[in-house]
Amino acid sequence: MKVLVPVKRVIDYNVRVRVKSDHSDVDLANVKMAINPFCEIAVEAAVRLREDGKASEVVAVSVGPKVVQEQLRTALAMGADRAIWIETPETPETAGLGPLGIAQLLAALVREEQPGLVLLGKQSIDGDNNQTGQMLAGLLDYPQGTFVSGLELGDEEVEVVREIDGGLQTLALRLPAVVTTDLRLNTPRFIRAPDIMKARRKPIAHTAPEQLGVNPAPGPRTLAVHPPEPRAGGRRVESVGELVEHLRQAQVI
Amino acid sequence: MMRSLVIADLDKGQLAAATYHVIEAARQLGAPCDLLVVGEGCADAVTRACAIAGIERVLVADDPVYAASLAENLAPLVVAVSAGYSHLLAAAGSVGKDLMPRVAARLGVNQLSEVIGVESSSRFRRPIYAGNAIATVESDDPVKVLTVRQTAFAAVEPRGGDAERVELEQVIEAPSTRLLGEQRAESERPELTSARVVVSGGRGLGSREGFELVYQLADRLEAAVGASRAAVDAGFVANDLQVGQTGKVVAPELYIALGVSGAIQHLAGMKDSKVVVAINKDPDAPIFQVADYGLVADLFEAVPELIEQI
Ligand SMILES: Cc1cc2nc3c(=O)[nH]c(=O)nc-3n(C[C@H](O)[C@H](O)[C@H](O)COP(=O)(O)OP(=O)(O)OC[C@H]3O[C@@H](n4cnc5c(N)ncnc54)[C@H](O)[C@@H]3O)c2cc1C
Ligand SMILES: Nc1ncnc2c1ncn2[C@@H]1O[C@H](COP(=O)(O)O)[C@@H](O)[C@H]1O
Repeated sequence: MKVLVPVKRVIDYNVRVRVKSDHSDVDLANVKMAINPFCEIAVEAAVRLREDGKASEVVAVSVGPKVVQEQLRTALAMGADRAIWIETPETPETAGLGPLGIAQLLAALVREEQPGLVLLGKQSIDGDNNQTGQMLAGLLDYPQGTFVSGLELGDEEVEVVREIDGGLQTLALRLPAVVTTDLRLNTPRFIRAPDIMKARRKPIAHTAPEQLGVNPAPGPRTLAVHPPEPRAGGRRVESVGELVEHLRQAQVI
Repeated sequence: MMRSLVIADLDKGQLAAATYHVIEAARQLGAPCDLLVVGEGCADAVTRACAIAGIERVLVADDPVYAASLAENLAPLVVAVSAGYSHLLAAAGSVGKDLMPRVAARLGVNQLSEVIGVESSSRFRRPIYAGNAIATVESDDPVKVLTVRQTAFAAVEPRGGDAERVELEQVIEAPSTRLLGEQRAESERPELTSARVVVSGGRGLGSREGFELVYQLADRLEAAVGASRAAVDAGFVANDLQVGQTGKVVAPELYIALGVSGAIQHLAGMKDSKVVVAINKDPDAPIFQVADYGLVADLFEAVPELIEQI
């Protein structure tokens, strides 16, 4: 069974973002970019399925400009077999795409590739949308297992453990299905130098929205981006007694 | 014509607190508002829903099929009743996040996540980059599909209304998904996202046994208990207590962080709290930058002392 893993190029999670002074966007000039952490977990899960003999092939896909090939190389270095680059002239956001447009592109690719399982991250840490997997499942009318911290792949079904507000929920989804990963599904492997060398020889196929026959829907327009309200924190107390006094004064205890 | 439909959030068949906050967001749209109550055995929730001030109609789908709130069953139902609505809203909890993008995709429209401000019927504010930036976004879609961050909106009056009750006849069951089981955390403590006081513990608690200290302080303050991702990953507590970018978002009157360093992903879930207290032995821990009262101390000494003094 083939597993398709969409991965997104995002700002590295350690970078503290700054809003541009003209409030048009956040400043992404010269910041470190990386594979979205949730996508990395999805790649790891897919590669483990193949290593366990439950999947036959892992295909990574990314939508974006040429630089997303870096993140596809990361996926290949982790063990994906091949990659597909769906080219847009700029970053999806700058090109006016939102999760719906991305999901439409991915749906067209799923119809071509016919994977048994699509594994996505639950959320991209830039837009914090948490939508693409659910939209893809909706467009394809596939079952969906979101926010997954456990995954058991069978021939006809995939069993997933979902992290929900009240605890955990276990579902069996008939294949083909869409699954989105939560943080506790696994810990992605460390990439070694030989893996990077091997990844260079793996193929990255190129395609584009027109080739997939998709005119993706425009996303919502961003009118302005502002920094959040600053918090006036930073005050220190010297003792527990002083803390209690302050909390009594503030009438919170 | 504008008209909103709020999908009620249920907790064990009861109307969850989040619902009242989402209705406030809908109220700010300035259009008539209906409520959809879908679940199993939700008669009580329906009675309460009909009493909420400002709700005109309560659509009811009460069937065992909907017990587990699976998006595969709920999405077609919401799509089926969506005609005539300009806005569909749900709380940004695990059900709303699972459901609303699927609904939007079926309708061929975009979805906006974690809305924290309503500027007009088509313009909204929402956090991006773990809350380090706030985007003002506009959607031209004929139907706006939103999830709402409950902590950003006040709760509407639970009483004073007299909504018409409309039973939905059709039952939609998707055969592709089966529920195998649920492990729901049982707790006598207040619910995390709506509690007035939250005591959170991080890796600094050291162990499951060490985390008992968090519960002791929480009990003293009648508080809910939260945790950092590191505390959940280490198995000190269950996943449903995680606060942050990928966990729950809280904004209590008082948030006490014990042995939490204050990573941006954690701050994303608590920095709208009114008063923040941090106890940490590292004077350079970033949590101190957002804390109204920071105490540099070993928590195993400071917390027992704190419990004694309050
Ligand atoms: C994509 C992504 C999403 C994430 N989402 C979340 C999220 O939703 N929520 C979240 O919390 N994290 C999240 N994280 C993880 C986050 O980056 C941090 O790793 C995590 O918050 C750290 O938890 P912590 O503060 O408990 O642990 P640490 O950073 O290890 O801090 C422990 C603290 O305890 C203090 N300490 C130790 N012993 C004592 C003592 N005896 N007395 C007093 N203080 C003591 C130390 O000084 C230290 O500051 C996410 C990470 C990623 C990559
Ligand atoms: N441009 C993209 N290319 C490939 N996959 C993407 C892209 N954007 C989002 N995804 C996938 O959708 C998941 C959720 O993203 P989002 O809905 O934006 O929060 C990500 O973790 C990826 O797996």
